[in-house]
Amino acid sequence: MSEARENTGPLPVVPFIKTSADGDAYLEGSVCKRCDTTHLGLRLACSKCGARDALQVGPLAKRGTLHTFTIVHRSFPGVAVPYVSAVVDLDGGGSIKGNLINVQPDPEHIAFGMPVEVVFGDALGRKDAKGNSYLSYFFQPASQGSSR
Amino acid sequence: MSDVYVLGIDMLKFGRFPERTVPQLGAEAALLALDDAGLTVQQVEALYCANLGQANGMVAQRLLREIGQTGIPAVNVANACAAGATAFREAWISIKAGLYDVVLAVGVEQMGRGLLGGAAPQGISTEGLLGSSTMPAVFAEAGMEHSRKYGTTFEQFAKVSVKNHKHSTLNPKAMYRYETPLPEVMSAEMIAYPNTKLMCSVNVDGAAAAVLVSERKARELGMKRAVRVKASVLTSDPWQERDLVMADINTCTRIAAQQAYEMAGIGPDELDLVELHDCFATAEILHYENLGLCRDGEGGRLIDSGETTLGGRIPVNVSGGLLSKGHPLGATGIANIYEISTHLRGEAGERQIEGARYGLTHVLGLGSACAIHILERVSA
Repeated sequence: MSEARENTGPLPVVPFIKTSADGDAYLEGSVCKRCDTTHLGLRLACSKCGARDALQVGPLAKRGTLHTFTIVHRSFPGVAVPYVSAVVDLDGGGSIKGNLINVQPDPEHIAFGMPVEVVFGDALGRKDAKGNSYLSYFFQPASQGSSR
Repeated sequence: MSDVYVLGIDMLKFGRFPERTVPQLGAEAALLALDDAGLTVQQVEALYCANLGQANGMVAQRLLREIGQTGIPAVNVANACAAGATAFREAWISIKAGLYDVVLAVGVEQMGRGLLGGAAPQGISTEGLLGSSTMPAVFAEAGMEHSRKYGTTFEQFAKVSVKNHKHSTLNPKAMYRYETPLPEVMSAEMIAYPNTKLMCSVNVDGAAAAVLVSERKARELGMKRAVRVKASVLTSDPWQERDLVMADINTCTRIAAQQAYEMAGIGPDELDLVELHDCFATAEILHYENLGLCRDGEGGRLIDSGETTLGGRIPVNVSGGLLSKGHPLGATGIANIYEISTHLRGEAGERQIEGARYGLTHVLGLGSACAIHILERVSA
């Protein structure tokens, strides 16, 4: 696992977004060697079985399927609506919540179980108090033939 | 171990009281409950007080300044939307343990309007960036999971709101007391599909309080209006596949229900009424199944059948529920116990469920905490 490089680019919006040595963003997770449970990000011990020193850290899949969703029509001030809030089960383990983009925000156009891919991009132009920009993840319908 | 009884219980009519303080609201409810029990603050041996908005503000002690500072142990309780029921349960535990004979439990909350959601993280806001953490969205996602598994429809979820608003017309302590026909519910402003504005609980101010006593004390003071606590259960959410990104409101409720039925020695079929945590209309359907009121997958059918409406097989949220009575977070758990106790005492007026013997209260604090109480009528 490469250390985060000198801070020249955007910051990760959550600690489990990592950037590989060749600049590709990915989601980091940990798998329990005792019970085979996949967690998003890191933790002190396995949430499921409590095993310590058994968590193997590594990248999670960039594809998954849509578990559930809602279409948010009212949010906090300044948040653009409507948008799709989605829970995605990643292929190979781990679940993650985020915005499903590049779909019509209409239940008729969104299918449970639909394949999605994880893409990375700027955090909708949001900056922190110091003016830092952020790198976020999004889901979009999986493009045909894209690989994991 | 001694059985524990509710000897006095009451609540303020829920509403908006910006001119009063949190301790004042709690104190008003406490005095009502003491009056109901025929006791004074001098006889109270401990106080458990639930509040979220001022969780670090020593509300219990400030409440005692309003009604009498007797030097008793005063404990402040926060446990999300299960806070009130948790305070009640702590009071129950302290009597079960044999420490006290008379304990006061209070739940109180003063709320603003608008969306409830997660605290802003460091860095930038992630709302609308990493999905939504607003409560309507979180419970919409849980409802959509049910739709995925069982085909539950928007209309079925909306019927919950129709039912609970109708019930509230009979409850003088409810915030709102008007009917909302199905077309009105479904065409109300969409907040997070499928939850429209009328399918979201009402943010209100409120307080409720209960005086719990030991069996010895109940016999001494008179059992006539006492209500027996048959089961008191609190759970947290066990590990679940998606629980780090999708709060699991189901499993902790299922476990709590199972433990509560076991403790009470009855099954769901023996319940006469239920007050469950309808923070959003979607949640009520899930909890029908979680509490064993119907089989898995039949929650949608249960609301269609009318069995959970007043007059049906197992009336649910006869008070109007959180959807219409209102949901002052810290007060809700004790207000639910008030509703059940009122029916068991035969004092529920127009909405009375005749001959009610057993009732169940359920609250769920997201994060998660689930509290269930089963109460039993004492008088013949």
